Amino acid sequence: MIELIPLILTTIITAATPLVIAALGEHVVERSGVLNLGVEGMMIMGASLGFAGAVVLDSSLAGLVIGMAAGMAMAGVFALFALGLATNQVATGLAVTILGLGLAGLIGQSFVGMPRPPIGLISIPVLADIPVLGPALFRQDVVVYLSVVLVVGVAYVLRTTRAGLILRGVGESHGSAHALGLPVLKVRLMAVLFGGLCAGLAGAYLSLVYTRFWSPGMTAGRGWIALALVVFAAGQVWRLVAGAYLFGAIMIAQLHAQAGAIGIPSQLLSMLPYLMTIAALVVLSMAGRRGTGAAGSLGQPFVPDR
Amino acid sequence: MSTAPDPGPVQPLIRCVGITKRFGSLVANDAVELTVLPGEIHALLGENGAGKSTLVKMLYGLMKPDAGHIEWKGRRVDLVNPEAARALGIGMVFQHFSLFDDLSVLENIALGTPGARADAALADRATRVARTYGLDLDLERPVWTLSAGERQRIEIARCLLQEPELIVLDEPTSVLTPQETETLFASLETLRARGAGLLFISHKLEEVRRLCSAATILRGGKVVAHADPRAETAASLARLMVGEGVSDVRAKAAVGSGPAFLVVDRLSVKPEISHGIPLREVSLTVRSGEVVAIAGVAGNGQSELFAALSGEGGMITAGTITLDGADVTRLAIGQRRRLGAAYVPEGRLGHATLPQRSLSDNITLSWHETENVGGWFLSLERLKQAAGAIIHRFDVRGPSTDPRAAQLSGGNLQKYIVGREIERKPRLIIVDQPTWGVDARAAALIRQTLVDIARDGAAVLVITQDLDEAFEISDRIAAICGGVLHTPVATASTTREAVGLKMTSTDRQAEVAA
Amino acid sequence: MMGLTLVPRTKVSRLREVVTPLIAFAAALVIAGIVLKAMGKSLMVALQVYIIEPLTTSWGLQEVILKATPLTLIAIGLIFAIRANRWNIGAEGQYVIGGLCGGAVAIFAHGWGGFWVLPLMLAAGVAGGVAYGLVPGVLRNRFGISEILSSLMLVYVAELLLDFLVRGPWRDPKAFNFPKSVNFDAAATLGPIVEGGKLHWGVMVAVLAVVVALVMLGRSLFGFAVSATGEAPRAANFAGFNDRVLTLQVFAISGGLAGLAGVIEVSANIGQLQPSISQGYGFTAIIVAFLGRLNPFGALIAAVVLSMLLIGSETAQIMLKLPFDMTRAFLGLLLLCVLAGEALTRFRLVRKP
Repeated sequence: MIELIPLILTTIITAATPLVIAALGEHVVERSGVLNLGVEGMMIMGASLGFAGAVVLDSSLAGLVIGMAAGMAMAGVFALFALGLATNQVATGLAVTILGLGLAGLIGQSFVGMPRPPIGLISIPVLADIPVLGPALFRQDVVVYLSVVLVVGVAYVLRTTRAGLILRGVGESHGSAHALGLPVLKVRLMAVLFGGLCAGLAGAYLSLVYTRFWSPGMTAGRGWIALALVVFAAGQVWRLVAGAYLFGAIMIAQLHAQAGAIGIPSQLLSMLPYLMTIAALVVLSMAGRRGTGAAGSLGQPFVPDR
Repeated sequence: MSTAPDPGPVQPLIRCVGITKRFGSLVANDAVELTVLPGEIHALLGENGAGKSTLVKMLYGLMKPDAGHIEWKGRRVDLVNPEAARALGIGMVFQHFSLFDDLSVLENIALGTPGARADAALADRATRVARTYGLDLDLERPVWTLSAGERQRIEIARCLLQEPELIVLDEPTSVLTPQETETLFASLETLRARGAGLLFISHKLEEVRRLCSAATILRGGKVVAHADPRAETAASLARLMVGEGVSDVRAKAAVGSGPAFLVVDRLSVKPEISHGIPLREVSLTVRSGEVVAIAGVAGNGQSELFAALSGEGGMITAGTITLDGADVTRLAIGQRRRLGAAYVPEGRLGHATLPQRSLSDNITLSWHETENVGGWFLSLERLKQAAGAIIHRFDVRGPSTDPRAAQLSGGNLQKYIVGREIERKPRLIIVDQPTWGVDARAAALIRQTLVDIARDGAAVLVITQDLDEAFEISDRIAAICGGVLHTPVATASTTREAVGLKMTSTDRQAEVAA
Repeated sequence: MMGLTLVPRTKVSRLREVVTPLIAFAAALVIAGIVLKAMGKSLMVALQVYIIEPLTTSWGLQEVILKATPLTLIAIGLIFAIRANRWNIGAEGQYVIGGLCGGAVAIFAHGWGGFWVLPLMLAAGVAGGVAYGLVPGVLRNRFGISEILSSLMLVYVAELLLDFLVRGPWRDPKAFNFPKSVNFDAAATLGPIVEGGKLHWGVMVAVLAVVVALVMLGRSLFGFAVSATGEAPRAANFAGFNDRVLTLQVFAISGGLAGLAGVIEVSANIGQLQPSISQGYGFTAIIVAFLGRLNPFGALIAAVVLSMLLIGSETAQIMLKLPFDMTRAFLGLLLLCVLAGEALTRFRLVRKP
């Protein structure tokens, strides 16, 4: 049994990493006061274009980079409408998701069924030699390490730097920020693009590392779960990470249960992540955290007066 | 009173030359000339809508003039954005604070200070400035826990950290108690003595006469006079500001107070929003035929009190509200309207009206429970008729016969809203900030109307930040502070100072001493 | 951004409001045309396939109307929700549950049911849609959970539930292991309006829904309350419209209509339950609602237009080798264009001063 632990831990980490990255990106977006519901669309574009790029260039790393660019491009579309034209953010995010699902399917259709080799793992010297936990935690692919860097980096930037302070200020009250001469739309554009980059990377990770093939609709609501994680995090990055790993664990447990034929129909097990998402939000609310943590002007379009 | 004063040998800090700004067909500033000298507190006077805010926004680089230019120490400058203005040495204290509720005081200061981080170095600087000018600040507290006066001190400290030579203060006393105003004036005097120029924007004439040595008066976007306020009377300044023909409220004939209509008994309310003020054992009686005013600085529980009295929200944890003897504590706003109550909330757009709907559509909001609006199928005919009657009776002026609410000026919209409620012939009307941001003519009409319906037997409760207004129209007056309501006293037997003291105290017992 | 800024328009022109969706649709067509051209597809064939054929053949026209029926029904419900600023994006799930509940009645009554089967099916479909739609409403009222997330999560749950049922307990034992239920009896089938025709009574139900919604939204106190809640919640509260009750009402209406659409579709068109009973109607209906400017009559027109595209896309998969994803991408693009058009009726774009 003990030799299974590293394997299970590794699969959980692999399942959780895209959620961590996508949710972290959206966390930054929402801190700046923007609600981008297009995470699912940006993510699947990253998955599709990233995979296509990796096949064409025969490099999974190049694929990851292309995936980030694809997510950012979709975020750019969102920004053009929701920030540039002050369109309704909920509807615009939905449109980006629908557009992304369609485009990703179009791009991906010639790549269906193609396999990709696994991405190389990097062992951290010494630490990787720790028995049991070492190989599980310190023999990972580059994106897992990158996700750790991103988490620490985002938490640091938001908490201690001026840029982070400005971002939070813009999200808290765009009116006050504008009156102080802070560039509200520019800050939000940057945040949205960063969110797109993260979602794109998360998607590319799914197709290039997690499943290692492209299939239509493969994000299967993970973008939406990432959005729920941001709500669950209530402004705290560590809660976001904890939530993502909890979900990773649920997804893996659910897969093992399906494979283990324990008598519960697979469809009912597949419902678990979605039902758990709702359950997590209910628990959050019962714990009395209702209505806290969201940025003050979240979701409100900003139109500067002249 | 003269034309622009000769700057003399002193180099002016700032000079506006022929500043013009249009919004569509509205000329907000029309060839405005304004000069501020160092070591001078200069008043910019004008009533709501005269163009003061527009001018100030251009001085701070938030808007650009369509014509004319600004000179800084004799040199022509182009203020493209607030950074440019701050770099020159222009500081700004806004009327509507540019603060971030969930952030700490220090973080708020950092956001307004170019290149600053919310660290120990900034905290040191802020503490030093605060001490120099007698501004008491707790840097760690989140802003939403602070009173209006404390918030304003953040704005001022933030501004002073940049060592500005010109400081613009937009209506700085409108949210302060008389005592807080004194503290502010002392700080401003220190600044002036150190050679800074101050542009003091206000419509409170007594303050201007006390504090300022020069004044520029705007009316309808034009400069109508440059004056020395010390050489003028409040009345002469008022005439310049408003023009002729605004009368004081005619005192109502004394009516023996009727029976108690609204009785609030030890009402405690938990706020619904996260940063709200809880109400603590509020007791209050309003009799038919009298006007009761609740005076207080904004954010001391007025909105929560209004919501509790109207039935709009708030979790009532103890106490009762009765209307004409009927217990309405648990009743919704519509049921309270059926018992003869009417409500005018503070927010004109988005609370009292739907901004993008016509005035006739907006009738439905407060009428559908008690008046005939056609039943389940609304009668457009009837609504139009009702709106027309109100527009006529209260002289509501708009761009068309049935304009959208957002198209009206503040004063005209407020006349419509008050009119809409009075047209229902309520037996009790509760008005939150009846004339906030309303031009003098409309304000006078609204105050007169409230006094008149009280004379006709209605119970009137007015919640206001404007102490002058409270004294002008009320029979009894009560102060509110931190969710505590002081016992109302006869207006004729108290003073502004006494009420002002209560506005800063949550101790009900202290009132005897005052 | 880009040296341009938005300035609110002082006047909202009636004409511009009508023309805007047309322009948005045209803009989306032009962009899609450019993309098709770049992909080396023939624009003439695309025009033929997507627009001319569905509209000029009687087969095509009937199909257009049949597909427009669920789109219209769902969109009408969504208009109530969106106008009240309640984002029910889970209509797809409510549609599936409606079909599933109605189908359950048909399966239960298989072989012995009478005249009562059809009314009971319709009632079950509506009830299922209402109940499923109420879940996000209750979660919002009780726990403050974003209805956007919960309603969407429930779509996946509904689809998985249907999949489980038709592969498991409800599978037709005589269907050679195909994942499908028994074929519905005649008593469980919503019949054609004209004997032998394809158009069924569901079409009339959709038209009736449009008329009722027009009256309710345009003239009634309830419609006013819905719009007021969406435009300015504090003003609606001031008026005494109960926010929570209204939330439940609009979720019940949109869920119920989606459920009705679902049961009509399985009864009149599909005639059985199978793993997939929707072509994304629940999501496409969101675009229908916006393209119709949240007006019931507008939604009817928009439903016909989008239905035409959906029919075209079926032919296009064969004629042009264009997958359905092309249509989906177009729908996303169209929604963006509609939103942009909406923005430009409220704002002017001017060069920054």
